[in-house]
Amino acid sequence: MEITELDKKIVRAMQDELPLVAEPFKLIAEEIDSTEEEVLSRLRLMQETGALRKMGAVLRHREVGFAANALCVWVVPDERMDEVADIMCRHMAVTHCYDRNVTPDWPYNFYTMIHGSSREDCEAVAEQLAQETGVTQRTMLYTGKEWKKTSMSYFV
Amino acid sequence: MLELTDLDKKLLNLLQGKLQLVSRPFKLIGEEVGMSEEQVITRLQLLKEAGYIRKIGAFFNSDELGYRGTLVALKVREGLMEETALFINQFPGITHNYQREGEYNLWFTLITPNERLRQDILGQIGALPGVEAVMDLSARKKYKINVQFKLK
Repeated sequence: MEITELDKKIVRAMQDELPLVAEPFKLIAEEIDSTEEEVLSRLRLMQETGALRKMGAVLRHREVGFAANALCVWVVPDERMDEVADIMCRHMAVTHCYDRNVTPDWPYNFYTMIHGSSREDCEAVAEQLAQETGVTQRTMLYTGKEWKKTSMSYFV
Repeated sequence: MLELTDLDKKLLNLLQGKLQLVSRPFKLIGEEVGMSEEQVITRLQLLKEAGYIRKIGAFFNSDELGYRGTLVALKVREGLMEETALFINQFPGITHNYQREGEYNLWFTLITPNERLRQDILGQIGALPGVEAVMDLSARKKYKINVQFKLK
């Protein structure tokens, strides 16, 4: 979709926290000199076209009992990519699935982020994915120190 | 620390899935879980203060807004991890920067509005004394982004 100047204003006002008040979109609208109806209708359009990929909450995974996470990377033959992705995406424990470029140093082209309560949990999910897809070549990159974790600020 | 009640879990499971684009979204959620609008708002405020919630709000798709994102992996020399990681953190377009086990030991995501800025940032990082190798692992296709933790 074409992103209008109004959309940019909405994105700027909306990309942090949604105010925890009864009428949050009215408050946002007042901030940017628009109306609640207009803000909601643009957001609905952005949602339909995919520019707004989620409205809702993201939890702090460690605090809610998902202490371990690993980026599990796979070597998937290009011709099997869609089929394999489909199987892996179905798992709740897998939050991200991306097909990525390879380099001469790095043959892995499919990336899954796996969350679990422990390392054993993550290993079990990876093993299950391997069995269901028949993809054998993989490596687990466990997350160590998180130096930075923020949301993007667009149009600033 | 505040313990999660069964009602909290129900509320958070629902809210992770979807907040409706309507005038009074918290009233709607309250109706589904059997709480008043005011109770929902007060409880969410508490859960947020207790550190369970990273963000309630909108998550945009960078591609659709004209930005481009990538994942970059670095081989960082022993002893130079901290200064390398802190240098990388300074760029607003770098939203995640994690140490990982393995030969490539520092991984970050970069979102940029244009190619010039992207090249400039990657050039500066590649020139750091701690950086032995850089891999730019751009996505060819995004199949799934859905961060939801089912609380039981």
